[in-house]
Amino acid sequence: MNYWAHITTITKRELQAYFSSPVAYVFIVIFLLLNGFFTYMVGGFFERGEASLAQSFFIWQPWFYLFLVPAVGMRLWADERRVGTLELLLTLPIAPWEAIAGKFIASWLFLGLALLLTFPVVLTVNYLGSPDNGVILTAYVGSWLMAGAYLAVSCITSALTRSQVVSFIVSVVACLFLILAGFPPVINLLPNLSPHWQWLTDVVTSFSVITHFAAFQKGVLDSRDIIFFLSVIGFSLFTTSVILRTHRTN
Amino acid sequence: MINIRNLTKVFGAKRAVDGVSFTVERGEVLGFLGPNGAGKSTTMRMITGYIPPTAGTLTIGGYDMVDTPIPAKRLIGYLPENAPAYTDMTVHGFLDFIAGMRGLRGAARKSAIQRVVELCFLQSVLHQNVDTLSKGYRHRTCFAQSIIHDPDVLILDEPTDGLDPNQKHEIRQLIRSMGEKKAIIFSTHILEEVDAVCSRAIIIDRGTIVANGTPQELRQKSKLAGAVTVRVRGVGTLELTTRLQQVAGIGRVTVLESGTAGVTIRALVKAGTANGSLAPAIGEALKGWTLEQLRTEEGRLDEVFRSITLPDTGKEAKI
Repeated sequence: MNYWAHITTITKRELQAYFSSPVAYVFIVIFLLLNGFFTYMVGGFFERGEASLAQSFFIWQPWFYLFLVPAVGMRLWADERRVGTLELLLTLPIAPWEAIAGKFIASWLFLGLALLLTFPVVLTVNYLGSPDNGVILTAYVGSWLMAGAYLAVSCITSALTRSQVVSFIVSVVACLFLILAGFPPVINLLPNLSPHWQWLTDVVTSFSVITHFAAFQKGVLDSRDIIFFLSVIGFSLFTTSVILRTHRTN
Repeated sequence: MINIRNLTKVFGAKRAVDGVSFTVERGEVLGFLGPNGAGKSTTMRMITGYIPPTAGTLTIGGYDMVDTPIPAKRLIGYLPENAPAYTDMTVHGFLDFIAGMRGLRGAARKSAIQRVVELCFLQSVLHQNVDTLSKGYRHRTCFAQSIIHDPDVLILDEPTDGLDPNQKHEIRQLIRSMGEKKAIIFSTHILEEVDAVCSRAIIIDRGTIVANGTPQELRQKSKLAGAVTVRVRGVGTLELTTRLQQVAGIGRVTVLESGTAGVTIRALVKAGTANGSLAPAIGEALKGWTLEQLRTEEGRLDEVFRSITLPDTGKEAKI
């Protein structure tokens, strides 16, 4: 009924809040600089001579997000609690999930905007060769979904504390787990225990954003990967609502 | 409008609010008094639906706050303690956001903002960021958001805290004039405010209601209520006391001031004597002397407050 109106009003307010402070601009500039530097210098975009962005551009993104997404998400709830506006927000005639969704969508759109601003990389590769733009588009979608999963985890940590710094650190650690679960040195540790524990390796790897993002980078839109990211988001936002309710009860 | 039955909130082992019941009707301004940590803010947070009660029922305009929070919250305007507001917005942006969340659209939204900006004298800071405002303006901004949808129920947690005397006066007048059409609850530490604004007052201590009545009724609970102060010129203390003690219904007599210019004495009433009946009798008894002053005490709220609440109950629960 009014759900959508409430959510969009909150989303608009949150987006305004990002752009009324220098944080948004600092974030976007750093994100673009890092992307440019790693793609062209470290990733060896020119030396490769490939008309593709997978190995030079998208491969770094799980690592950038590790630090940048918690920085975007840390203020979401921690600041509301510190300033006391949480009391104002939750006594308005809206359901708590509408506030949670509105805030999440605003931050996710913001991350999407930062990601869209990397378009010069796409122009470059199209100018130099003829890449498969479908693959690039799929990888962009995957990258945005991955950012959403990190962001939802940051929502949880932000709801846990009044301090943005604590929120940032805890969510970096949590997101690091999401990456390392698919990182070869970590996976290689597991099967050494016993061959009977293969299922454990499978479970751990299945939580890795890297494994799920890899398919997108190859241009494969697998519903399992999409469901993975969406369920991380759904579960994390649900956890956020439980945490917010628990605070009020105790 | 507000109906509360046995409202209870337990934080861990502490019963912050313990079986509080009262009702507030339209046209009433209820003053909520109590020492720090008595459970005032917790009660108000439950009424506004911010924290769920552990036990008890709570309805706003017939809607139960636990079962149907959204229609109940729609009727309420709330000014939380310390008047929080989004610091990264302008005053206008903030009011516009709240109006939007309250479902006001288009021309209705514009005129609602216009109305509260005028009521709360915010014109001069309308396009200023909230974090650059002085405390008084921030308070009024938050007050403005609480009345933007012209709510039937207004819950104000220390609305005059931190304001200068002029601002306090303005806010009190605003509350009193709005109290004619709304049901208002406001908490305060300032007892003179109760007289200035409230039609009824509740004193809460350690989570329970210890007094509930009009300011007049509460004052009657004072030991001083009904006592008579007399000032007579040109007589000695002893002479005056002896003469006074012959008056029926007089209790203990204390000398407040004695000097060559005159004697001031306060006489308490004996239990069972009607308040106000003493003054004429005393006037009669002292006939022939130069009576400079003869006054019946109404009782003092701060004295009542101190006598029925216990000293500091510890830190207020932080959410």
